[in-house]
Amino acid sequence: MIEPKMDNPDEIAIKERGDYTGAKMGMWIFLFTEVLFFGVLFLLYSVFRSRYALDFHASAKELDIFFGTANTAILLTSSLTMALSIALVRKGKKGLSILCQSVTIVLGIIFLINKYVEWGAHISSGIYPHSALLEQMSRGKVIFFSLYYVMTGLHGLHVLIGICVITGTLVFTAREIINREDFVKLENTGLYWHFVDIIWIYLFPLFYLIT
Amino acid sequence: MAEKELAFAVVRNKTYVFIWLCLVGLTVLTVAVARLHLTSYAVVAAMLIATAKAGLVATFFMNLRQEPWVLKIMLFLVLFALTLIVLLTFSDVSFRHG
Repeated sequence: MIEPKMDNPDEIAIKERGDYTGAKMGMWIFLFTEVLFFGVLFLLYSVFRSRYALDFHASAKELDIFFGTANTAILLTSSLTMALSIALVRKGKKGLSILCQSVTIVLGIIFLINKYVEWGAHISSGIYPHSALLEQMSRGKVIFFSLYYVMTGLHGLHVLIGICVITGTLVFTAREIINREDFVKLENTGLYWHFVDIIWIYLFPLFYLIT
Repeated sequence: MAEKELAFAVVRNKTYVFIWLCLVGLTVLTVAVARLHLTSYAVVAAMLIATAKAGLVATFFMNLRQEPWVLKIMLFLVLFALTLIVLLTFSDVSFRHG
């Protein structure tokens, strides 16, 4: 090591750049709470699905497989560009990293636009919480659509938050606050984005593919 | 210690693209399997494929494979706790009447 001998080089590095290991561990612990947060929603889904299997199958037919599949491909691709942006910044390729982060943001926005169109179609056909049409349906269908709105809504909120945070890292990368020496902010943002992708990986088959 | 020494090795772009191709392939597979109408096995197949995809994202994109063992144990405990919650809930609701 070339570093000069001081009292404690580790402490000096932490003062200068922050605690890298601690920052990542903190992000993972936050993600663990998110696993349990979404986990119980998936549990709720499983319990009601086992009770109202036929209603769940019938309701899933209302959802458009095309939108679900397209959004899966979009999020998977955005995860790729996010992972690439971290590798690129570590290789010192600032411009390409910014490009990859921008693509991630655009893909996230396209995902939300799809979600908007999809929700819009349901709402205009009269299916939304407490709608007259939904109230007439069987209990299982009401529960299916309630879970659909809550789970995809919370997931969509996570995508929106992710887009905002990546916009932040984009500015940081441009200003070289995130650089090849100090990239934990981008790495942690990536962890969050990939987690949101994993949630969708489970939401997609459970809501769209059970017809 | 500098951050780049603490952090894991940079993953090659090719690896990421390969993982992405696998993920897209598995998505096509899961849609294809759903069209076969395997009735009760359909959900098992869909969940297995989803877990394979989640595993790929966590292992490679989130770089879990290069993380220290402490973190892997912590993740295991979280998933174990969730499994326990699910099993306990089902042990209740499966035996309820009415």
